[in-house]
Amino acid sequence: MAKKRTTLRLWVQAGWFALTNGYAKGFLEGKIYKGATKFVCVPGLNCYSCPGALGSCPIGSLQAVLDSGKFRFSCYVFGFLMLFGALMGRFVCGWLCPFGLVQDLLHKIPLFHKKKNLPGHQWLKYLKYVVLVLFVILLPMTVVGITGMGDPWFCKYICPSGTLFGGVPLLLSNPTLRSAIGWLFSWKMFLLVLIVVLSIKYYRPFCKYLCPLGAVYGLFNPVALYRLTVDQDKCVHCKGCQQVCKMDIPVWEKPNSVECIRCGDCKTFCPTGAIHSTLEQLRVKPYGGIEAEKGGENK
Amino acid sequence: MKNRTKQTVPLLLIALSLLLIGAGTVRGEAQLVLTKAINICMECIGIG
Repeated sequence: MAKKRTTLRLWVQAGWFALTNGYAKGFLEGKIYKGATKFVCVPGLNCYSCPGALGSCPIGSLQAVLDSGKFRFSCYVFGFLMLFGALMGRFVCGWLCPFGLVQDLLHKIPLFHKKKNLPGHQWLKYLKYVVLVLFVILLPMTVVGITGMGDPWFCKYICPSGTLFGGVPLLLSNPTLRSAIGWLFSWKMFLLVLIVVLSIKYYRPFCKYLCPLGAVYGLFNPVALYRLTVDQDKCVHCKGCQQVCKMDIPVWEKPNSVECIRCGDCKTFCPTGAIHSTLEQLRVKPYGGIEAEKGGENK
Repeated sequence: MKNRTKQTVPLLLIALSLLLIGAGTVRGEAQLVLTKAINICMECIGIG
């Protein structure tokens, strides 16, 4: 059952990636899509300079608006972030993010002794909020040149998704761009390789410690339409949910933790069936009303 | 009441988000995002 769910999640992740990065011609010609669908932000960390990208990365878009020198706040991009966050919170990370898919696949490689967290996890998990505030918002807004425009600091110096999905395919297929490679590309490749290697041993290190998009969506987990509930009448506090959770969340205590990426492993494992999602609550059970609401919600 | 509030909050947030997207479009942010997205972002791919 757990394997079936993991397989389903991988298919959804791959299907979503194919759907939102379907401009095959871009990969062949070393160009990017220039159509009107790029008005729209996609939910995951999906570089708009990926040759196949049909939509815009919300983190890239946020920096583009803030570093333009024209706006101090982005209604448009915050609107998209709030929309995706209020609908599903970090479900986006678990099911709809291309870089999440890459890390999931890397963690399946049978190398190294697998571990959930990096040493210092309890402190490192707050780093993504520093990245969000500093590299996505403050630095692009405040460090500006003579034109009044700043740089997209997160994209420029950190984002491994941009290097992997944008940089590598474009440079492979476009000789003109290849001739412009310098120290910045070396730095970004170093970061990408580091995250790739870490992802083989540790589960989703980028999502846990660095991703500003996960930091935003996590804040919506407790209030999103899609939430988890724990039926306290059924829960036997075996802590099995935390043991199977690769994000290492005590689900029986905090089903809507900001770290939860909604993979659903805890629901599948729970021996008493105490963990439910709000989607299941909408399903009316014969004779029993709405089953998941019987024990109340533990948040 | 508690459950009702939990159901109402995300709906209010969704309504607010749609308003923000509309306001952003009127302010010209959507055009700015499109312009950025249809040109290769040198910084994003590591050329700067």
